[in-house]
Amino acid sequence: MNRFDYVRPGTVAEAVQALGADPAARFIAGGTNLIDLMKYDVEKPGKLIDITRLPLGEIEERDGGLRIGALVTNAALAYDARIKERYPLLSSAILAGASAQLRNAASTGGNLLQRTRCYYFYDTATPCNKREPGTGCSAIGGVNRIHAILGASDQCIATHPSDMCVALAALEATVQVSGPQGDRAIPFAEFHRLPGDEPSRDTNLAPGEIIVAIDLPAQTFTTHYTYLKLRDRLSYAFALVSVAAALELDGQTIRTARLALGGVAHKPWRNGEAEALLQGQTATRKTFEAAADLILREAKPQSTNGFKIELARRAIVRGLEQAAAGTPQSQSDKRIQ
Amino acid sequence: MTVQISTAAGRDRFVGSAISRVDGPAKVTGLAKYAGEFAAPDLAYGVVVSSAIAKGRIKGIDAAAAEAVPGVIKVITHENRPATSDKPEDYQDAVAPPGAPFQALASDRIVFSGQPVALVVAEDFETARYAASLVRVDYEVTAPQTDIAARTDDSYDPPMKREGIKPPPEPWGDASKAFDAAEIRVSAQYRMADEHHNPMEPHASTVVVEKDGTYTVYDKIQGVTNTHQYIGGAFGLKPEQVRVLNPYLGGGFGSGLRPQYQLFLAMLAARDLGRSVRVTLTRDQMWSFTYRSEAIQTIALGAEPNGKLTALKHDAVQGTSTYEDYQEVVVNWSGVLYECDNVALSYSLTKIDTPTPGDMRAPGAVTGVYAIETAMDELAYATGQDPIALRLKNYTDHDQTEDKPFGSKALKDCFRQGAERFGWSRRDPQPRSMREGRELVGWGMATGIWESMMMQSSAQAVLTADGRLEIGNQTGDLGTGTYTILTQIAADTLGLPLDHVTTKLGDTNLAQAPVAGGSWTAASSGTAVMKACRDIAEQAFRLARGLENSPLANVDFERVVFSNGRIEVTGDPSKSIALTDVLKASRTEKLEATGEAAPDKDFGEQYNAYTHSAIFAEVKIDEELGVVRCTRVVSAIAAGKIINLKTARSQILGGIVMGIGSALHEESMLDHRIGRFMNHNLGEYHVPVNADIHDIDVIFVDEEDKANPLGVKGLGEIGIVGVAAAISNAVFHATGKRIRHLPITIDKIVAEG
Repeated sequence: MNRFDYVRPGTVAEAVQALGADPAARFIAGGTNLIDLMKYDVEKPGKLIDITRLPLGEIEERDGGLRIGALVTNAALAYDARIKERYPLLSSAILAGASAQLRNAASTGGNLLQRTRCYYFYDTATPCNKREPGTGCSAIGGVNRIHAILGASDQCIATHPSDMCVALAALEATVQVSGPQGDRAIPFAEFHRLPGDEPSRDTNLAPGEIIVAIDLPAQTFTTHYTYLKLRDRLSYAFALVSVAAALELDGQTIRTARLALGGVAHKPWRNGEAEALLQGQTATRKTFEAAADLILREAKPQSTNGFKIELARRAIVRGLEQAAAGTPQSQSDKRIQ
Repeated sequence: MTVQISTAAGRDRFVGSAISRVDGPAKVTGLAKYAGEFAAPDLAYGVVVSSAIAKGRIKGIDAAAAEAVPGVIKVITHENRPATSDKPEDYQDAVAPPGAPFQALASDRIVFSGQPVALVVAEDFETARYAASLVRVDYEVTAPQTDIAARTDDSYDPPMKREGIKPPPEPWGDASKAFDAAEIRVSAQYRMADEHHNPMEPHASTVVVEKDGTYTVYDKIQGVTNTHQYIGGAFGLKPEQVRVLNPYLGGGFGSGLRPQYQLFLAMLAARDLGRSVRVTLTRDQMWSFTYRSEAIQTIALGAEPNGKLTALKHDAVQGTSTYEDYQEVVVNWSGVLYECDNVALSYSLTKIDTPTPGDMRAPGAVTGVYAIETAMDELAYATGQDPIALRLKNYTDHDQTEDKPFGSKALKDCFRQGAERFGWSRRDPQPRSMREGRELVGWGMATGIWESMMMQSSAQAVLTADGRLEIGNQTGDLGTGTYTILTQIAADTLGLPLDHVTTKLGDTNLAQAPVAGGSWTAASSGTAVMKACRDIAEQAFRLARGLENSPLANVDFERVVFSNGRIEVTGDPSKSIALTDVLKASRTEKLEATGEAAPDKDFGEQYNAYTHSAIFAEVKIDEELGVVRCTRVVSAIAAGKIINLKTARSQILGGIVMGIGSALHEESMLDHRIGRFMNHNLGEYHVPVNADIHDIDVIFVDEEDKANPLGVKGLGEIGIVGVAAAISNAVFHATGKRIRHLPITIDKIVAEG
């Protein structure tokens, strides 16, 4: 771990100013990922800007939806009565991730910015294009059972590790940011990036920008939803595949379908074509299988993660079944519903 | 528990009960100090720089940037490393396998990934850690070989055998011919994964340089005597120049049996700088030394249609390092467990570019018993037998590998009591026949076995005039409960309350005792403590009888009992005297004794000694999604006398949890292109978490054993052995799919259909 400066601004404007154009400066809130990365010498910030004193810790009503301050902890968000009642998918996804201790510390904004769990990214002894652009991708042809099957490039096959973001993608949240050029809103689908030939960039945040809030739209999906997470042990492991599914049904007919996948790509994965395919159809296994096939048509296996394609197909079908039946996956009872 | 073996002069008051651990309060309040927590006024901090490559040589090291950081004292590399012994044998510790032990910073050669290439020593830990990140190492890389599956053709019978490890017995009968002729044949290959111990406490050593130039060394080790011997050899120091302590361990599982490189480096720096140095390894550096190496195993069973074995072949190829021939007992268990007239067992090694593997909880047995107990389940299905019935059909009270009967073997009681508790009779043997909602339910069982050993040990005891007793020896308590059981044995032998007994362990100034391992500590240290206390009892009795108007006049030692702090005549409590009064009246300040324990040679010549278990496991599987939940485990243990029902149960619970990990989760993943374990942290190396653990039921069946006066057989390993087989057999029963490669992760269930 390197030596660094430490500042603690009191306002968003001061925070943005402190960040300035310094590429070596980093915001720190919960620190649940950044501190680890510093210990591994993956991140070597010259300056840490402690944003925990910024007034971004509230959840407020806004335009029929909710505005979640960037510093609301994952635990506070998951257990907030309004979130549990109106956005149970979000609450469920958060509780599927990490541990109680980590959720108590981790912030909403930080959750969006957590880095991949690719083994090679964390290990400075190995080349990694995300960590050191141009050095190569060690995961290709290496130990990659947890890696991407969708949207990867020959530069990077890492996945985004968040559970919360998969739900936010399905709910079509909006990310509110503030920066040197002022404030702007980024639709969730445009927030995270695919690796392409610039895998070092996880998001479309511009230099100097800070996340201040996440807006949840009015549409809530309170009955027909699920967050289904498949992993290598029953808790405290990152998703091999996860599915956030949200439906509006008219009898057995699907009026609206939202589907986002975690653990399979460099960002929460949505496929508009598949969601369109579901709309107007009867909620049957056959329909769900057709949507899954469509999503996975483009899937590409790596040397040891081919199983994830079939697993994702089955997870999508089961997730949609759970959502359609109104029997969302429990995050405390580990039996799959 | 009905077996009652008196501990000596006293009565079993504490022995055989459930006593909370005596070191518990110290541990939960933070008073218990671990090797990396001891301080010294001049303490410097060393941080290890680890090799990025697995094989090759260091072309150059640039430490200038590190040395320039204010607060850095020295960067030690192979280029400036102070001299230590040049004889490889001086680095051989008490449990070292044959070969030339690894020496840190000895040369420019790299022989495994993560090998230490520099030690940065600084005034504080943060400076040392930062400076370590600035050390630049230029390597010349040679392609490593770490895939044992690609190296089986180069396997060999180790020319030098490891001390204490029985090589496979000579074959008997003609297993190949019998197998070919058998009506029922089962033959398969079994794979596992490399596993790392990962105790909560990472390895650490604090070397304190005393004013008189001697060294006090706090080392994470399962027995201080091993560190003491190693330092003496490597650094040419006389025994009296070094004192080694390690009162507590935050888990060991075998990773603390051998002195590791952080000790060598801390000692090297301390001697060089003339000041105290501490070196603590990081969690990822815990992947840079000992591990449980996978073995590729093949088993061939031939049987009559009724299940009687006619042929048994078990072959294993296991990985070892390029510089040592690590060996463990993998295949012999098959020959010990089952009666068969034609048996051939083989064990060979193949060299790979990793650190030397090492003993990890039930070394060899976890591996070999997984394979034979899965194969026996396959035979049960091939012959239409109930798995327990098949095991009873091939049951033996005679160890065929050495042609000796077992000293005791209550395995049949384990089968019976375990099956009853589990409800085994309600099992429909048909695969895929049991369901609960969406989930398939599977019930499987297996046998566990471990050798019951005893080592030469001593213990000291001092009874002071205030009626307090202090006992102790050099062995380590890994967190298993050794402090507690020794306290119980001492208290019972002298009839004292528990809180009048203080136990000291893990200090070379105490009485000689070996490393804690092999499940031998309870029998070895326990017997030594009992003998020391019995010696004190006799001394006290003699003093008492010699007193004027002694209530014990004309009474023999055999007729008294030590109870409630008093010596009393059996059957006549009116004739008694308090121990404190004996010492006071005889003007004795204290009574001292040393007890010696050693294996009973006569018993050992006549019998072989093993602990046994029967494990029953239930899994529930969402087959479509590959999710396996291990919902129930019952383990019935036959391990002789149980000294403490509570710590014993905890031992077995821990073993079962570790077995569940082995079956379903644990896997150190090697990137063979670079010879490096890639998931080197506890986020990505999965051990079971609370959600993975459900009902676990432990039964101790009665078993009388006479190998030592306590009747104890040891519990450290037996809890884990066979658990993976029971679970893998349950997975087959649930799904009808035989997965012969651990851990049974989602991908393997999904891939099978």
